[in-house]
Amino acid sequence: MMAQHKKSASKLPLINDESRAEIDQWIAKYPPDQKQSAVMAALRILQDQNGGYLSEDLIEATAEYLKMPPIAVYEVATFYSMYELEQVGRHKICVCTNISCKLCGSDDVLKHLQQRLGIGPGETSDDGRFTVKEVECLGACVDAPMFQLGDSYHGKLTPQRIDEILDGLD
Amino acid sequence: MSDDINIEINGMPLQAAPGTMVIQVADEAGITIPRFCYHKKLSVAANCRMCLVEVEKAPKPLPACATPVTEGMKVFTRSEFAIEAQKSVMEFLLINHPLDCPICDQGGECDLQDIAMGYGKDVSRFAEKKRVVPSKNIGPLIATDMTRCIHCTRCVRFGQEIGGIMELGAYGRGEDTRIGTYMESAVSSEMSGNVIDLCPVGALTSKPYRYRGRPWENQQRETIAAHDCVGSNLEVELRRNTVMRVLPRENEAINETWLSDRDRFSYTGLYHEQRARHALIKQGDQWKQVDWQIALNYAVEGIKTVQQGRGSEQIGALTSPSATLEEMYLLQKLLRSLGSHNIDHRLRQLDFSRSDIAPRYPSLGCTIAELEQVEAGLLIGSCVRKDQPIIAHRLRKAALNGANIMSVNAIDYDVNFPLAESIVTAPDNMPQTLAGIARALLTLSGEPAPADLATRLENITSHDDHLAIAKHLHSADNAVVLLGTQAMGQNEFGELQSLAELIGRLAGAKFGYLTEGANSAGAWLAGAVPHRQAGGETIASPGRHAGEMLSQPQGAMVLLNVEPELDSAYGSQALRSMQESDFVVALSPYISDSLKACADVILPVTPFIEMSGTFINTEGHWQSFGAAVDPLEEAKPAWKVLRVLGNLFEFDGFDQVTSEEVRDELRAISGEPPMDNQSAWQCPQLAPAGSGLQRIGHLPIYAVDSLVRRAQPLQETTDAIAAAAYMNEQTADAAGVGDAAYVLVQQDNSEVRLPLVIDEAVPAQCVLIPYGVTGSETLTRAYGPIELQRG
Ligand code: SF4
Ligand code: FES
Ligand code: FES
Repeated sequence: MMAQHKKSASKLPLINDESRAEIDQWIAKYPPDQKQSAVMAALRILQDQNGGYLSEDLIEATAEYLKMPPIAVYEVATFYSMYELEQVGRHKICVCTNISCKLCGSDDVLKHLQQRLGIGPGETSDDGRFTVKEVECLGACVDAPMFQLGDSYHGKLTPQRIDEILDGLD
Repeated sequence: MSDDINIEINGMPLQAAPGTMVIQVADEAGITIPRFCYHKKLSVAANCRMCLVEVEKAPKPLPACATPVTEGMKVFTRSEFAIEAQKSVMEFLLINHPLDCPICDQGGECDLQDIAMGYGKDVSRFAEKKRVVPSKNIGPLIATDMTRCIHCTRCVRFGQEIGGIMELGAYGRGEDTRIGTYMESAVSSEMSGNVIDLCPVGALTSKPYRYRGRPWENQQRETIAAHDCVGSNLEVELRRNTVMRVLPRENEAINETWLSDRDRFSYTGLYHEQRARHALIKQGDQWKQVDWQIALNYAVEGIKTVQQGRGSEQIGALTSPSATLEEMYLLQKLLRSLGSHNIDHRLRQLDFSRSDIAPRYPSLGCTIAELEQVEAGLLIGSCVRKDQPIIAHRLRKAALNGANIMSVNAIDYDVNFPLAESIVTAPDNMPQTLAGIARALLTLSGEPAPADLATRLENITSHDDHLAIAKHLHSADNAVVLLGTQAMGQNEFGELQSLAELIGRLAGAKFGYLTEGANSAGAWLAGAVPHRQAGGETIASPGRHAGEMLSQPQGAMVLLNVEPELDSAYGSQALRSMQESDFVVALSPYISDSLKACADVILPVTPFIEMSGTFINTEGHWQSFGAAVDPLEEAKPAWKVLRVLGNLFEFDGFDQVTSEEVRDELRAISGEPPMDNQSAWQCPQLAPAGSGLQRIGHLPIYAVDSLVRRAQPLQETTDAIAAAAYMNEQTADAAGVGDAAYVLVQQDNSEVRLPLVIDEAVPAQCVLIPYGVTGSETLTRAYGPIELQRG
């Protein structure tokens, strides 16, 4: 009756022990009544736990854990482009197409990826290995054109350089 | 004020307190600055930029809503520079706005339309594609057309700051920003309709009013809301004598700019198919439509027959607690002229043991606005958020300001503000709980216990949570103790009342009641109780109270807007009592099958919107209103019907021509007494709580009266709680019904089969079975022992 009290299954068990410990470290950095300040960290941690993307259930688990309305967590998860709300490939390639990279040839980077992987921005390869994304300036203009692969930056990209990088992947 | 600073807007010298925003100063001075996101009751977001003005020495235009005044500031709202800025902003805002004004419900009252006319350019230079946003279904009250949204975030801020639950949010970003709920969920706030007023464009509009009218075709009338003791001020919009919609009328002392959904949408029940349109009399088993004169004569003859055959004391009357002052006054006058004191409005009360010492009329004990200032508050048996949403809003403001609001309830109600302490306990254990708090307060205050209490308190222990509540109340300079609507319906009402008042006194707090209906205060003053005359004078030999009249057949009964099984705490017992009474005259706006089963005459009377009258709100404030529309077909305001009945009986004093005359007649007797809840001390028994299963008869928000029960859109919301047996898992398991889908509930000689719902908000050994809703009315008492079986 009092909707919130009805025992709708808790989503908290979806957060594994390791993630929980890590989130708790973030929560501890803020005053006790401002748990929600840890929302960005929590979403990142859970995205990693989940193989690179956030499911609806995980957004709800975050809301429950940080005592926030689900819509407020959803606002954050949809605002930042580094959160993924759909399954992505094992390797996520974020190609910067902002001004410096654009001038230094980011179009060629995208074209080469399209040729080699058969996918354009926003697409995931059929084998689930790669996702290509177009992103804004990643602050590495000195090395333009660049992309981010997983957690690392790769700059001064040429078709050969890209092939070398991709050849080294599983 | 001496520390005011001087500014100039458009050359006009003005004074303002430091920290005030330019837009506030301009508003007060009557200088128009266009705006979308700014709203005086919400936080400043400054995201629409429509309010840009020129400020001397500032190189760029500044947003008036987010620019505090400074000494010597010179503001120009209509300079070339300002106008250019406003035009540019307007152009940006219109880039993605659809040109669908002809099919938009907001047309004619749209800020965007108006401001575009006043501040926009005449042609658009934007030739690219406009964005389209799919709309979500967010429930039966609010229609969404999200392509029209200009992202002012007023609706989002309303949820966070006023509604107390964030249901709407702005997700995505930039060009892709969307306003909506999480996934496709319906909003559940009892104040949700306010976003319709707040939305400056046609993105959020009223669903029941969708495509029904244009604002410029509507006429406006003022009235007062009839569903809770707050008395929110309403503006009724009508066209061709039909109510089109209801809007809030601003009254800073009562509802500010807000309105609860119940007050906003109850009008949708006005033209329900069950509306009584003609007078009816029962002949044999047949109902016959007759004209008024015949029906009135029939009613008079029927009552006279009972009076002659069985005596005047066999005549009784029951009125809805939401009837007007004038109706109640004339009803009791009629009854008393007939020689009977059997009249009551307390249809949902089970315990009448302290009627004699009740105050002249129950009130809040302070003004509604003062609630915002309290430092501590204790709610007893109150689902304030759903019972009186506007009161909850004021308490919420206090709580967000740091006040310790606490509660002792029979259900773990979901509140939209932080509770400093919350005790949830079985109804029959609530007196013990309050006694524990009182005991702690006796120690804290060092005051002696009132007569007889000391010995009874010996067996009571003050637990930590009792102590915490006592401390908060005691240490606050400004505290309030409120006895809620749900408590007043409990078997323990009398004891709770004594204890609550004592707690208030010991803590130096104000003590108040949150009464049911729109006019409980009025009912007491008008004499719609069996033991007090109009004005409040005590009657030596009182008549029967509602509990007696509803549990046994009477001779003749007059019902004023009462559907016995739904409007009382006595369910089928009430219906049976009426059925078995000799003669029942029902003055009713609706005709249901059960009313037909118990009445002999049905006189069609009007709901509040169709008549003039007065409600006395919980602050003792008399609010009179005129009829917003003419009565439907042959319906008549009940005060007129009662007056004519008085004439037909040839009684004196039934010659009033207007409702104002009736009101003034009462006022001459009663005056307008100020709030005073003080009553004599009567020591509670503090009997130990029972051991078996007991029913909790919560009254849901949309079950309170005949009009609300017929407002279809409200009945489709999640707050329209269905008849079911709600209990926690442990109680269900202990009763051996844990895995059952249905249970058979037995109470006295009645039983009903209800779906079982596991709900951890209900305390152990208790089963919540709402009343006032179809499906549970077969039971005979809202609270008390029950038995459960698998069904
Ligand atoms: S829906 Fe209306 S109130 Fe809400 S952000 Fe959009 S325009 Fe503003
Ligand atoms: S523009 Fe590509 S990294 Fe800055
Ligand atoms: S009203 Fe000032 S920015 Fe919107």
